[in-house]
Amino acid sequence: MKFLPLLWAQLFRKKTRTILTLLSVLVAFLLFGLLQAVQIAFESGADAADAKRLLTTARYSIIEPLPISYLPRIERVSGVVAVANADWFGAKYQNESNAFAVFAVDPARYLDMYPEFTVPPAQRGAFVKTRTGAIAGQRLVDRYGWKVGQKLPIASEIHPKADGSLDWEFDLVGVFDADDPAVRGNTDMVLINVAYFDEARQFGRGKTGWYIVRVADSEQAKAIAADIDRLFMNSPDETKTQPEKEFAIGFAKQIGDVGALVTRILMAVFFTILILTGNTMAQAIRERVPELAILKTLGFTDGVVTALVLGEALLLLVLGGGVGMAAAVGVMPMLNGATGGRFPPLFVAGQTWLLAAAIAVVLALAIGLPPAWRVRRLRIVDALAGHR
Amino acid sequence: MLHGIDLDIPRGDFLALMGPSGSGKTTLLNLIGGLDTPTAGAIAVDGRRIDQLSSAELSRWRAANVGFVFQFYNLLPVLSAQRNVELPLLLTNLSAAQRRRHAEIALTLVGLQDRARHKPRELSGGQEQRVAIARAIVSDPTLLVCDEPTGDLDRATAHEIMLLLQMLNREHGKTIVMVTHDPKAAEYAQHALHLDKGTLAEGHGPGAP
Repeated sequence: MKFLPLLWAQLFRKKTRTILTLLSVLVAFLLFGLLQAVQIAFESGADAADAKRLLTTARYSIIEPLPISYLPRIERVSGVVAVANADWFGAKYQNESNAFAVFAVDPARYLDMYPEFTVPPAQRGAFVKTRTGAIAGQRLVDRYGWKVGQKLPIASEIHPKADGSLDWEFDLVGVFDADDPAVRGNTDMVLINVAYFDEARQFGRGKTGWYIVRVADSEQAKAIAADIDRLFMNSPDETKTQPEKEFAIGFAKQIGDVGALVTRILMAVFFTILILTGNTMAQAIRERVPELAILKTLGFTDGVVTALVLGEALLLLVLGGGVGMAAAVGVMPMLNGATGGRFPPLFVAGQTWLLAAAIAVVLALAIGLPPAWRVRRLRIVDALAGHR
Repeated sequence: MLHGIDLDIPRGDFLALMGPSGSGKTTLLNLIGGLDTPTAGAIAVDGRRIDQLSSAELSRWRAANVGFVFQFYNLLPVLSAQRNVELPLLLTNLSAAQRRRHAEIALTLVGLQDRARHKPRELSGGQEQRVAIARAIVSDPTLLVCDEPTGDLDRATAHEIMLLLQMLNREHGKTIVMVTHDPKAAEYAQHALHLDKGTLAEGHGPGAP
């Protein structure tokens, strides 16, 4: 710590240059914080997945429905302990931009299948009993100011009612939430009672979008998935059953391999930073060779002078990186507001901070080591020659 | 290149090394101050063979035993006078308050206590050299190595600096070895030695005033 004032003074020797370099580091880490948040949001479905849950969809496309008659047959497969089904309803509330997910579900089966969603018992009971009932995620309720007991007028993206209208109305009978922040990110949705939905819709009656299957032993999940698919092989509605996590990852990859994309962008960004700051650092040290020779003259060992140069590089990266990450945290509420809840909540996770710290250290070593090595090998008499 | 130098500098001496450019006086000064190591021969300071020390040992030895004063002061421009003087103390176990106190004493000794917060560019040449001298004495070394300490100063300021060095020698017992081209500066030393083509030429008696 006693060297910190010296490091600070040396770092800001040329203020404009240092501030510009800091800004470039800041922007790189701001981008890192944002992109990591996006990646985590994309992977949150997979992170929240339960190893004992399988998803059964139509073999060739998730948008193809499956007969509801499959449910009891899947239930009878050895190792299966529970089955629920869900159908994509899709919804807009009041206007086109207020879009969110709505699933038509069997209330009891679905909530039993997802115990991570918490619903007050009385509201759960009301959802099970009320054919026109719906429950909404806490984040949606907060966003739109809904109240339990009110009518919920929503327009489906896909399903018209028997009279051809896309406008539906449900009774909001409860609110669900989740304790785990990763799960809470997936609660921007409304669940409606499939009994009413199936009866009132114009087409697709007797069908469902997909099945969620709970197995007794996660070790047997793959085998059970194969058993289920074998059951419907060569039928008009063949199935594809896979672990929930695998499904979530595959689903996210339909948009694109976000992880790989983020990694490539960040590699390009940090490589640019490496070149920029490395060049600046090398130039700054080159200008100070006589001063570093003076430090050696005063008795600073090669090791201490080397550490000072590395420390300066680290200070530059930690300062720029820290402010960049803090800026990323600062803009998250704005971004979350801008997405209108159609995207899982963005946040800078603890692991992102750790990764940022590790990147800062690695970059500091990469840009600091070459000039530090040069300074270490510096002969005092050579450096002082002509500067006495 | 030095040849056949056999030199004994008593503790508390004030020695001026003189000679034409290229005579080897700065090389000799570097060897005495532990900035360079000889290819042959031996150098002992206070009974310790510094030519046998490793690079790290030599650094620690310099920090504890030698103060350096250069022609162009060689202060760090980004640090205040106070921080420049404190620099050698960063290598000690002194607390921040103790380092500050020691630096204040050294600056007071050179008459610059009121300039402690000034950066080098805000000081005159003479003041910069005083700060450099304060930095050289702050860790209380026994040996001061001065390379043309008045080479960049006008006559009046050079006189003040030489009086300061003389005071450090006479009143504080510092052994001073000084390289100079200036016969006037050499007069402040107790002895002067002349080098020519890497060998000691001749000596003459104590200087005035």
